[in-house]
Amino acid sequence: MIQPDARQLPRKKPRRSTLAKDRYGLLFIAPFFVVFLIFGLYPIISTFQLSLQKWDGMMPAFSIGLKNYTRILGDQVFYLSLWNTIRIWLGNAIPQFGIALLLVAVFTFSKIHGKNFYRAMFYLPNLITATSVGLLFNLLLDGDNSPINQLLTALNISGAPISFFQSKVLTSGLVSFVQWWMWFGYTTVIILAGTTTVDKSMYEAAMVDGASKPQTFWRITLPLIKPTLVYLAITSFIGGMQLFDVPLTLSNNLGDPGKAVLTVSMYLYNQGFKNFNYGYSATISCVLFLLIAGMSGFAYKAMRSKDGMYKL
Amino acid sequence: MKHHSFHLSALSIRLLLIFLTLLCAVPFLVVFINSSHSSLEIIQKFNLLPGDSVTDNYKTMQSLVDIWRGFVNSIVITVPYTILTGYFGAMIAYGFAKFNFRFKNVLYAIVLVSMMLPSQLTIIGFYRLCLNLHMTNSYLPFIIPGIANATTVFFLRGIIEQSISDSMIEAPRIEGCSEFGIFNRIVLPCIMPGVATMCIFNFVASWNAYMGPLIILQRKELYTMPVMISMIKGLYVTNYGAMYLAIAISVIPIMVVFAFFSRYIIDGLTTGSEK
Repeated sequence: MIQPDARQLPRKKPRRSTLAKDRYGLLFIAPFFVVFLIFGLYPIISTFQLSLQKWDGMMPAFSIGLKNYTRILGDQVFYLSLWNTIRIWLGNAIPQFGIALLLVAVFTFSKIHGKNFYRAMFYLPNLITATSVGLLFNLLLDGDNSPINQLLTALNISGAPISFFQSKVLTSGLVSFVQWWMWFGYTTVIILAGTTTVDKSMYEAAMVDGASKPQTFWRITLPLIKPTLVYLAITSFIGGMQLFDVPLTLSNNLGDPGKAVLTVSMYLYNQGFKNFNYGYSATISCVLFLLIAGMSGFAYKAMRSKDGMYKL
Repeated sequence: MKHHSFHLSALSIRLLLIFLTLLCAVPFLVVFINSSHSSLEIIQKFNLLPGDSVTDNYKTMQSLVDIWRGFVNSIVITVPYTILTGYFGAMIAYGFAKFNFRFKNVLYAIVLVSMMLPSQLTIIGFYRLCLNLHMTNSYLPFIIPGIANATTVFFLRGIIEQSISDSMIEAPRIEGCSEFGIFNRIVLPCIMPGVATMCIFNFVASWNAYMGPLIILQRKELYTMPVMISMIKGLYVTNYGAMYLAIAISVIPIMVVFAFFSRYIIDGLTTGSEK
């Protein structure tokens, strides 16, 4: 008879203290949700709400139904800015992943002295303020007497001095280049981190079986670091679709010449804060948000199902 | 024979690495070198060595716009923001790592989703919020969100789960230490290296933030460094030396942080991605 009581007594005590202490858990996490509701969730709801309204920032906003959405469907400038954004992203993401994978292969299969130094050097541009980077490259390139043009002239390159910012193709290419310059080191560092989880004995086994270094890299390393690559591709896409600072400071806030580097973020900024069409600006945000969410989800699913097929 | 071909490829690898290193370093070198040359020298030739016009450039730079004002403004935002991300990030991560409560998984899912939200796309709503709260021309909209930094929470939760055992918390609890006391005196000191790593990242992110300050801050004397830099071309026109000097000043804090903490930064990136 005594036995069950004796067993229950010591049990009760920790249980009660667990409940009491777990309330503190909620207390500890509460600040996140208070601040997130105000500065995270409210702007999201408010942006969506505004996409259905007309608001000039002064008079009260009023509802206009889906008018903003029908307008954006026929807005050639929006389509142009979307194409610019995607093109600039592709123009830097493809070489970014190419160079990063090459560097990862080099660092994995050759003994390089000063690996940490190279990693740090390649990563440095990623930390620098994007507006400073944009202005810096503008100063280096713009004008017949810019340092780059002086260098090209001294090297007797035909066509020098080049008017970089008169040409749509060159300006767009330069935005891609600057983005590549800022991000290839980051991509390299993250992929390298992914490869450290690959078991070294798998390489040895492949070598014993007579696989060459490139074969080992393509057939063993790449499939194993696929999750890292998918993560990088999706975050790079999300970031790339919001591109703003670099084209704005490298060119100007209209994305000249001829709106060649006008990105969606620049267009929504101009619509809101230059033309005071906050409602339409919010609509651009919502459409881009849907595109980003849809594409990211699709990419994630596609990679997942492909993985499944490999396993079968 | 085998050795020979290996040497060739080693050479081309070495050349590639040197080329990329130069590509990363030379633009910064040009900035620092040109910031000490007069505008005339800059448009006449490609300068390889520092010049002697740094004081003249400085005077020109300051006479047109007070760069240090922007510098101080950026510090006034960045330092409290960074401290908030570190302290509250650790506290929230501790709450998720070591306590059990209802809807914990749902709440943590919200944290993870908020990490992936493209924040620049809600900028109109953010602007309206700041108007409603009468917080335009205030630094609070950039400082307070530091409390809810999802990436820091995610990263530190992993560290707490790995490095803080339950007995480390139970012992002081039995001795009557308060729950906040346990967090402040035991948990926080133990995970300080991780907190510091995240703080470096958050410092850099806050220092570099552009679109938010550009929209919310309308009075010129409140402009942060990136906002000032983006307006320099219009202000300095052809004073190239002054422009290079201003860029150099905007870049130096990050360079200093990186010179001291590059190992922490890259290790932080690395551990963050392994999880």
